[in-house]
Amino acid sequence: MMEIMEGSHAVANAVRMCRPQVIAAYPITPQTHIVEALAEMVADCRLDAEYITVESEFSALSACLGASAAGSRVYSATTSQGLALMFEVCFNTAGLRLPVVMSIVNRALGAPLSIWNDQQDSIALRDSGWLQFYAEDNQEATDLHYVAYRVAEDRRVLLPAFVCFDGYILSHTYEPVEMLTEEQVDRYLPKYRPVHRLDSADPISIGLFASPDYYTEFRYQIDQAVKGSMQVIREAGRQFGEMFGRDYASPVEEYRMDDADCAIVAMGSICGTAKDAIDEMRKEGRKAGLLRIRTFRPFPAEEVRKALSGVSSVAVLDKNISLGSKGAVALEVRDALYGSGVPVLDYIIALGGRDVAKKDIKSVVDMAAAGKGDLFYGLREEVLR
Amino acid sequence: MTGEQCSLFESGHRACGGCAAALAARTILDAAGRDTIVVSATGCMEVFSTPYPETAWNVPWIHSLFENNSAVASGISAALKKQGRKEKVIAIGGDGASFDIGMLCLSGAFERGHDFVYICYDNEAYMNTGIQRSGATPYDASTTTSPAGKCSTGNPRPKKDLPAILAAHGAPYVATATVAYLPDLKKKIRKALDTEGPCYVQVHAPCCTGWGFESEKTIAIARLAVETGLFVSYEMENGQVTRVKKVVRKPVEEYLKEQRRFRHLFRPQRNDAEIAKIQAIADRNAEKFAIDIVLKK
Ligand SMILES: Cc1ncc(C[n+]2csc(CCOP(=O)(O)OP(=O)(O)O)c2C)c(N)n1
Ligand code: SF4
Ligand SMILES: [Mg+2]
Repeated sequence: MMEIMEGSHAVANAVRMCRPQVIAAYPITPQTHIVEALAEMVADCRLDAEYITVESEFSALSACLGASAAGSRVYSATTSQGLALMFEVCFNTAGLRLPVVMSIVNRALGAPLSIWNDQQDSIALRDSGWLQFYAEDNQEATDLHYVAYRVAEDRRVLLPAFVCFDGYILSHTYEPVEMLTEEQVDRYLPKYRPVHRLDSADPISIGLFASPDYYTEFRYQIDQAVKGSMQVIREAGRQFGEMFGRDYASPVEEYRMDDADCAIVAMGSICGTAKDAIDEMRKEGRKAGLLRIRTFRPFPAEEVRKALSGVSSVAVLDKNISLGSKGAVALEVRDALYGSGVPVLDYIIALGGRDVAKKDIKSVVDMAAAGKGDLFYGLREEVLR
Repeated sequence: MTGEQCSLFESGHRACGGCAAALAARTILDAAGRDTIVVSATGCMEVFSTPYPETAWNVPWIHSLFENNSAVASGISAALKKQGRKEKVIAIGGDGASFDIGMLCLSGAFERGHDFVYICYDNEAYMNTGIQRSGATPYDASTTTSPAGKCSTGNPRPKKDLPAILAAHGAPYVATATVAYLPDLKKKIRKALDTEGPCYVQVHAPCCTGWGFESEKTIAIARLAVETGLFVSYEMENGQVTRVKKVVRKPVEEYLKEQRRFRHLFRPQRNDAEIAKIQAIADRNAEKFAIDIVLKK
């Protein structure tokens, strides 16, 4: 059934239907509506979960880690400063192979303080071993939670996952969303059956310390699991499509890429604007296309290479910056295209909530065609003076 | 193991000979039994008990980080509740994990009232990283970050009163104990486990390596701490002190002179002024907890 809902509420509803047994979260703008909605559901007995009102994000993820190790399905949500505070626990959760699912309502990182959207927060955790999905709209933001649990808990994966969607732009926006029913979700997402758990009937030790003789092999196995999750993502995404009509089998989405000359590469809600801009450019006879990256970890290098090999220029829109280097998406795309000769230009854009309109997308395409890139787009010179 | 009874905390771990923390670990599990899940913080006990692929723990055990054992325990406790399981949850941390870096998580977990027991084995410094001071290091102890020197007499601050802080959170049961009296330690751990809600047991655990004494003297040193009044063994129920170990007090000097960390108070020359300050700490403890046994003439 189609419903007009706020993004946060749609996500909270999806999470409810995933039946997490333990929720631990700490409020932070613009994530708050999700955790408030979940608290209300627990208070009204619409969600049968232990809700731990932790004193910090650091404890939120630590509590989820503990509950997951004890064999429960768990959930948390955060953003920006909260995610930064979880940094140490994020690496630990992945290293311990615990399938925690967490919503990241993407927001800029201070300083300067900003509550507005970009993707610096989750990008900063790209090396942590968490799977990372980026939603374009609220429909996808809700659906990806079901998919994320399926993939994370799969025995071949056993890794935590971020479901990322843009703060305010999606979280606080009302859009029509087709919500699944509880029965549908139960059919898609089986009850959580942990492979290992803390259990006195079968005592195991988790989180030992590894000498140089073992550490590398542990990291290798985690890397293999992250890479190997791509196959599971494809399966889970395809099955979602077969059951509910929205297919998430591919880690990327190609939009008007067939005969594209200039390809835009981006993640998240900015892709909606890019698609509209591309439609207009197409009417003007300009062959622009979009490659949207839905799964950033594992990075779909193969799909990216396939989609971009024929184009004459690639313009990457990065809502993040690895200070002193480039945007993270551009670095990945360049790496994927290494040796192909396709020029990849980077545009740091839409940081800290700066709005992006269709005209901006068009001017990026113009700049890329002229070979001008690797820059912060739209700098306000008067502020810099 | 042949001939001996298997302990839930296996021998063969990598602790220094004479390590009180290892003795504490074994005693904790003896008291707690099989149906216990242990969450360890990073520190000596974690490192010496679990060098991959070995483990000394015959109960379910997890280590995540240095400062989050109480938060991890909160999550485990919530999960067990939801799953209808009855196992007990014990979080164990050193004094660094408990008094300092993990204080936020510890306070949060106690305020929320999770049903678990937190045990701090207190060896009065960060031993695993090489004897740096912590909030539990006693006044004048020389550590690698509070070294005694020409213009320093060692650690400049007295020990933080963590039991009182946790009692102020409304913890139903808070106790201090020591490896000097293992049956008492066991009893207190049992009591903490049998009490609903968050309970705290702080175990004084002398460290031969960090404090500088011969490894066979661990228990003697632990006793002296009690007998001088520098460590007080007591129980608090719902914020009230209900039981205290009384002693015929000895001068603090008898405890201090046995340890390298206080050597600068005696050599190259005796520092009477500083020794008197430490005696005053013991005297205050004695008064506060009424530990003195008054001998009838
Ligand atoms: C966040 C973080 N900071 C610092 C460390 C380094 N570190 C590991 S153990 C430790 C000291 C542990 O002291 P304590 O809790 O008293 O336990 P002990 O080793 O004395 O038994 C430190 C500083 C760490 N592992 N993590
Ligand atoms: S350094 Fe101290 S606490 Fe650590 S293992 Fe050795 S004796 Fe035990
Ligand atoms: Mg210590």
